[in-house]
Amino acid sequence: MWLKIEKRPEYSKGMVYATPLIALLLTVLSSIILFEVLGVNPMEALYQFFVAPLDSTYGFSELFVKATPLILCAIGLSVGFRANVWNIGAEGQLLMGAIFGSSLFIYYPETESVFLLPVMILMGAVGGAAWAAIPAVLKTRFNANEILTSLMLVYVAGLILSFLIHGSWRDPAGFNFPESQTFSDSADMPILIAGTRMHLGTLLALLAVLGTWIMMARTLIGFQVKVIGEAPRAGGYAGFSQKKIIWFSLLFSGALAGIAGISEVSGPIDQVVPVISPGYGFTAIIVAFLGRLHPAGIFFAGLLMALTYLGGETAQINLGLPLAVTGVFQGMVLFFLLASDVLIHYRFRWNFSTKAVS
Amino acid sequence: MSGFDWIVPVFLTVITAATPLVFAAIGELVSEKSGVLNLGVEGMMLVGAATGFIAVTVTGSYFLGVAAAAFAGAAMALLFGILTLSLMANQVATGLALTLFGVGLSALMGQDFVGVPVDALTKLNIPGLSDIPFLGPILFAQDALVYLSIIMVGVVGWFLYKTKAGLILRAVGDSHDAAHAIGYPVIAIRYLAVLFGGAMSGIGGAYLSLAYTPMWAENMTAGRGWIALALIVFATWKPGLVLLGAYMFGGITILQLHAQAAGLDVPSQFLSMLPYVATIVVLVLISKDQSRIRKHAPACIGRVFHPAA
Repeated sequence: MWLKIEKRPEYSKGMVYATPLIALLLTVLSSIILFEVLGVNPMEALYQFFVAPLDSTYGFSELFVKATPLILCAIGLSVGFRANVWNIGAEGQLLMGAIFGSSLFIYYPETESVFLLPVMILMGAVGGAAWAAIPAVLKTRFNANEILTSLMLVYVAGLILSFLIHGSWRDPAGFNFPESQTFSDSADMPILIAGTRMHLGTLLALLAVLGTWIMMARTLIGFQVKVIGEAPRAGGYAGFSQKKIIWFSLLFSGALAGIAGISEVSGPIDQVVPVISPGYGFTAIIVAFLGRLHPAGIFFAGLLMALTYLGGETAQINLGLPLAVTGVFQGMVLFFLLASDVLIHYRFRWNFSTKAVS
Repeated sequence: MSGFDWIVPVFLTVITAATPLVFAAIGELVSEKSGVLNLGVEGMMLVGAATGFIAVTVTGSYFLGVAAAAFAGAAMALLFGILTLSLMANQVATGLALTLFGVGLSALMGQDFVGVPVDALTKLNIPGLSDIPFLGPILFAQDALVYLSIIMVGVVGWFLYKTKAGLILRAVGDSHDAAHAIGYPVIAIRYLAVLFGGAMSGIGGAYLSLAYTPMWAENMTAGRGWIALALIVFATWKPGLVLLGAYMFGGITILQLHAQAAGLDVPSQFLSMLPYVATIVVLVLISKDQSRIRKHAPACIGRVFHPAA
């Protein structure tokens, strides 16, 4: 008797929605073991991770602050992933968006205009898209693997940021700390709810969720993305250009990651610093998959992953747990999700015959 | 001769910079030859680096440290195998997951060991030979892992192209359906190849934390796992070229370090970019000839195998 995996005649719609929940359940169960190993009471740790951060309005608003860059990046990535375009360099595009967007303020700090912030956001999008255009041109013209090129550019973007902030972007009145001057009011993201840090970027993320939802469900380009991803040959026969889709999905995801970057520096951070993101661009990959590459799913997955950042901080303060637990946790979620996704296309059957019939 | 005194130390550092790449790339090469693309090299290297470092600090034995690193790398690869080979998950997504998980796990494991010093792996001194001027220190006074890395390249080349088992492994990578029809255990062979890749990545990581920079720091691989993946494309899946490519990259890394030390009038950040930019340039140069890639890449790479019968 053994367990046999057999293909379902048709993929299971129910499992598409069930597996993220199964994955979360398995992650929680495994983290109980992890907390035991780390020598803390698992129930207490789970409480600190998932409940304690949300016990105040402020905590709840922080959830949206952390979820904003995750959702922005993940929405963009999901479009590419659907088309089999593997942009994994959102982290670098986020940094370039932050650099491009804030350059306007850094070089013209005296500007007092209602147009300053919108132009900064636009430039953030342009910066992210420009950085993503590099893997796009290398892929479409030279066939170079976009996974490797987009990832290498993350390191390059980080070094460009380091060069600027240790050099000409440093605040002259800042005691030589590698930090820019803090943003002026006209360069700041407006706060949505007084007393919190929730800012305009959250609205932009919601807009991206809705806009992408409509785009994927109702427009030709969304249809082309899906066809090229699922059946590239059929797409070819229909006259859809694979190159166009590669360009589109990279520029789109780069622009959204760039907006995430400028929202961070002119939002919660309020200045340019050497470390702008704790890996939002990478966690966004998990968010995209956990959200089933669907905008609505990504919205909830983004909130959940944001909670792991907050929970990690709370658990560090209250239980002395290392911050790295967050990373392990996020990795586990994706692992379990990919593992349980087998249930979408396959099912397990007990095979009772004693000999293999092959 | 005294004007050329710098050559030997530079050569030595190039070798130490290249060795982690040699290990990681030659292991992943075997995995890819069997048709499995494991993008988790960076994660496996990190876990190997942390495990090796911890094992050496606790036991004091470098042999145990390297063995533990190989074991840890293989354990990570086993996770990848279970997901992609048994549960038929997407290899690209699972590889990314392995790297993300490895980054977190290694940071968690190593957090009590940041800043703990260990002695660098001792260099072997082959009596007599290592005293030969110039060639002696380069060829005969390396640490044991450098020799092991080069031996592994030879062994992998011999195994893949001169043994029946290697032929079967390549057949599995080129057409899993045909190999399955003849009766070869496709999944079992791929598991072994993936585990070997993981063990090698683990040792490559341990070389970083025990010899190249004897310490543990979060994310200390700094993209080397990804560079190793690019090296395989550069080498068009040939073991000998993997070695050449790794030494070339070691050279670039050291070149920029020396340029920084010499106070070259270029911002250090731009010099630090060199290995990453070089990776992109090399990928572009190799990949633009599509027919060459198609000719050498394993035909079934990245494809899920499910025996229908």
